[in-house]
Amino acid sequence: MEPTRVIGEEVLKLEGVSVWLSGRQVLREISFSLRAAEMTGLIGSNGAGKTTIFRVILGLQRASAGTVWMSGRPGSGRSSGIGYVPQTVVLDPDMPLRARDVVGLGLEGQKIGIPLPSRQRRELVDAMLEAVDATHFADARVGQLSGGEQRRVLIAHALISRPQLLLLDEPLINLDIRSEHEVVELLARIAREQRIAILISAHDMNPLLPAMDRIVYVASGRAASGTTDEVVQTEVLSQLYGRQVDVIRLRNRVLVVAGADETSAANHEHAHAIADPGLV
Amino acid sequence: MINTWVAATMVAVVAGVLGFFIVLRGAAFVAHAVPNGAFAGAAAASLLGLNTLLGLGTFAVAGALSISWLSRRGRPDVVTALALVLMLGLGALFLSMSQEYAEEIFSLLFGDVVGVSGVELWPILGLGVACVVVLLVIFRPLMLSSVMAEVGEARGVRAGRMGIIFLLLVALATTMTVPIVGAFLMFSLMIAPAAAARSLTARPAMAMGLGVGIALVVVWASIALSYLSAWPIGFFVGMLGAGAYAIARGWASYWQRQPSRRRLALDPIG
Amino acid sequence: MRSPTRAWSKDERSQMGLIFGPGFFQSAPVQVALIVGAVVAAVSGVVGVFTVVRGQSFSGHALADLGATGGSGAFLLGISQLWGFVFIAAVAAGAIELIGLRRPRGRDLATGIVLGAGLGLAALFLYLDTTSSHTTGASITILFGSIFAIDSRLVPVIAGLSAVSLATVLLLYRMLLFSALSPDMAAARGVPVRAAGIGYLVALALAVSLSAMAIGAVLSTALLIGPAACALRFTKRPGLALALAALIGVVVTWVSIVLAYDSFYWPPGGRGWPVSFFVVALIFTAYLLSQIPIRSLFSRWARGRVAGHVRLAGR
Repeated sequence: MEPTRVIGEEVLKLEGVSVWLSGRQVLREISFSLRAAEMTGLIGSNGAGKTTIFRVILGLQRASAGTVWMSGRPGSGRSSGIGYVPQTVVLDPDMPLRARDVVGLGLEGQKIGIPLPSRQRRELVDAMLEAVDATHFADARVGQLSGGEQRRVLIAHALISRPQLLLLDEPLINLDIRSEHEVVELLARIAREQRIAILISAHDMNPLLPAMDRIVYVASGRAASGTTDEVVQTEVLSQLYGRQVDVIRLRNRVLVVAGADETSAANHEHAHAIADPGLV
Repeated sequence: MINTWVAATMVAVVAGVLGFFIVLRGAAFVAHAVPNGAFAGAAAASLLGLNTLLGLGTFAVAGALSISWLSRRGRPDVVTALALVLMLGLGALFLSMSQEYAEEIFSLLFGDVVGVSGVELWPILGLGVACVVVLLVIFRPLMLSSVMAEVGEARGVRAGRMGIIFLLLVALATTMTVPIVGAFLMFSLMIAPAAAARSLTARPAMAMGLGVGIALVVVWASIALSYLSAWPIGFFVGMLGAGAYAIARGWASYWQRQPSRRRLALDPIG
Repeated sequence: MRSPTRAWSKDERSQMGLIFGPGFFQSAPVQVALIVGAVVAAVSGVVGVFTVVRGQSFSGHALADLGATGGSGAFLLGISQLWGFVFIAAVAAGAIELIGLRRPRGRDLATGIVLGAGLGLAALFLYLDTTSSHTTGASITILFGSIFAIDSRLVPVIAGLSAVSLATVLLLYRMLLFSALSPDMAAARGVPVRAAGIGYLVALALAVSLSAMAIGAVLSTALLIGPAACALRFTKRPGLALALAALIGVVVTWVSIVLAYDSFYWPPGGRGWPVSFFVVALIFTAYLLSQIPIRSLFSRWARGRVAGHVRLAGR
């Protein structure tokens, strides 16, 4: 059992954020907050609105209603100390960038001109690579690394600028079980040690359960936030989905199943867990 | 001139049918590159006093095969670009050695209203028929391989083999089209009518038929206008092709904006 | 000073050095060719690295081909080809930016159709050039270049535009690499992805126009893509890739100039082979060589030797 983390001050707050896209309401009055040294899971199936929430936080999408607060001040976006790790990057094997170059871009990649080599930069890059355990492939072409290795490099890239908030878009996709475990452990350690707020989006909450402090569960554009025990309950999720939903706990795993009811014509299951003995 | 009309009709048919696949496979660049190989071949043939069609065909096939082979090892777009300029450079070299430098270039690159002599007509028609027949025979495996390569592989359709056959067909089409439309603009005939057709309909058979129709109109109009104005055929092919595409796109987007057809767009990140 | 278009005399041939033809270094057109060739090749090589990395080889090539339209139009209007190249490249770059589709297939198709229209116009202009001036030299120069016939008054202009192109791309160096790696990540970090892309297109337009002056509109793609593709195979460090691409471009161009000068002696005699031919041939060869997996061959050889020693030792 991990030691309790120090709960820090509020880093990000969304209040009543709604977003309309192409005539459709994609997000309805989303409210939640993220605190330093906490790891929060943004859970929902594809199309639920997770990507839109990310875009709003990053300032790439304007909210039609509601406010976003960053460290107590309204507005967020590019200059606010947010690290972002996207789902995929271009896997071009020709890309003339080593892992350490990618991490280096995190320092001042948005500036004009050519960076002069400096020892301070190099040491910082080395430290970051060490922190994500990527030192042994630091000089390899980034296009030739495996999925898990690339994720770690991208995390180092996002961390090097000392952000307050780290956003990761589906970082566990296409990873084998062991890599999943390693990435979650790594992120939990980073949150703790560097007192960063981390928001991870995923469609399956189970790999994150051991390390997640809070959960923001998104369905049909609405969200419920709180601790896992508070949110992942039959009543809460049923209200969120707008129909009967059952939450089944089996040892340490969670299964969310949609049942049949009079108003829904289709009867389909949302399986939110794959039976995984490794996580027991 | 009648030879040109007849040959052009065959060319338009091939352009419409083959063009459908070129657009489907996103092979616009390759379709631009192979004719340039043909240019080198025609120049070599002229230098050596051989049959132009033979030169065209040999080099077009050689170019297609080398692009195909090299694409396995390097990036396809880089390979295509470099092979393209190499063949053009060779063509320039051969032509610089012969006496009729500039007139030859012009004809070969931009087309010639009397580009098809009587002796060349039958081979061209033969090539055209062969192209269409092969396409009809491999239609289904080619479709499968072009749209869903992995599914094709699972069913025994090797993507690599299909790719080579396809490029050889492009080489054949090139051989018959370059004498009329010219090496530089031949690709426009291959992609513009097919692209226009595809904007108007998604059904393969209709798209091919429509592509053939548009190609026929473009090619006939180009020959007629070129004959009347003495301006090069290539000019009309390029402009009419682009015009057809623009009209088709405009028409298609007009229909899409009708309320019953409104689609919900979900922006991806970035 | 010997003009490269005059055939060599018997005396000259007997004095010919091993590599450089007689009068090579004293010839003014050759000097201009060497300077222009080097400058243009270096800029093309550097810009080309970004072209290849962004996967925009077709757009780069289309831009280069469309130079033919600009050059032939300029000839009709009686102004220098350089301005024709630049103008059309700027227009085409703007069109590419407007087309702006992310998906490569859609983008390639639109590029191809625009290229078709542009080349059609080039056909018309070249035809009018030929009938209006009653010479056919213009077509050859525009399409395939004539590096020995560049007006020496243009050299400062060429140098200046090259500097602009190079400076632009070097200033945007990090942003372009970042956006090529992941446009999303770059945008999230505050990189003005769209503006950087436009800056790159401006540099590209200038680079292909300038190399069109040297080796012709339709062949200038070779200097853009070739050296860059080779450099990317040899190194994984971004700065080194840029330097190597420039170096390969310059070396290839200079060797081509030497060979073209010497080739007046080669069959069919008296006319010489085009510089642009040598450039594309050398670049293609260099690319083929760069594809040989030297490291794996070397390690296989090394392992073979070690195994040999072990066998000997174990006896």
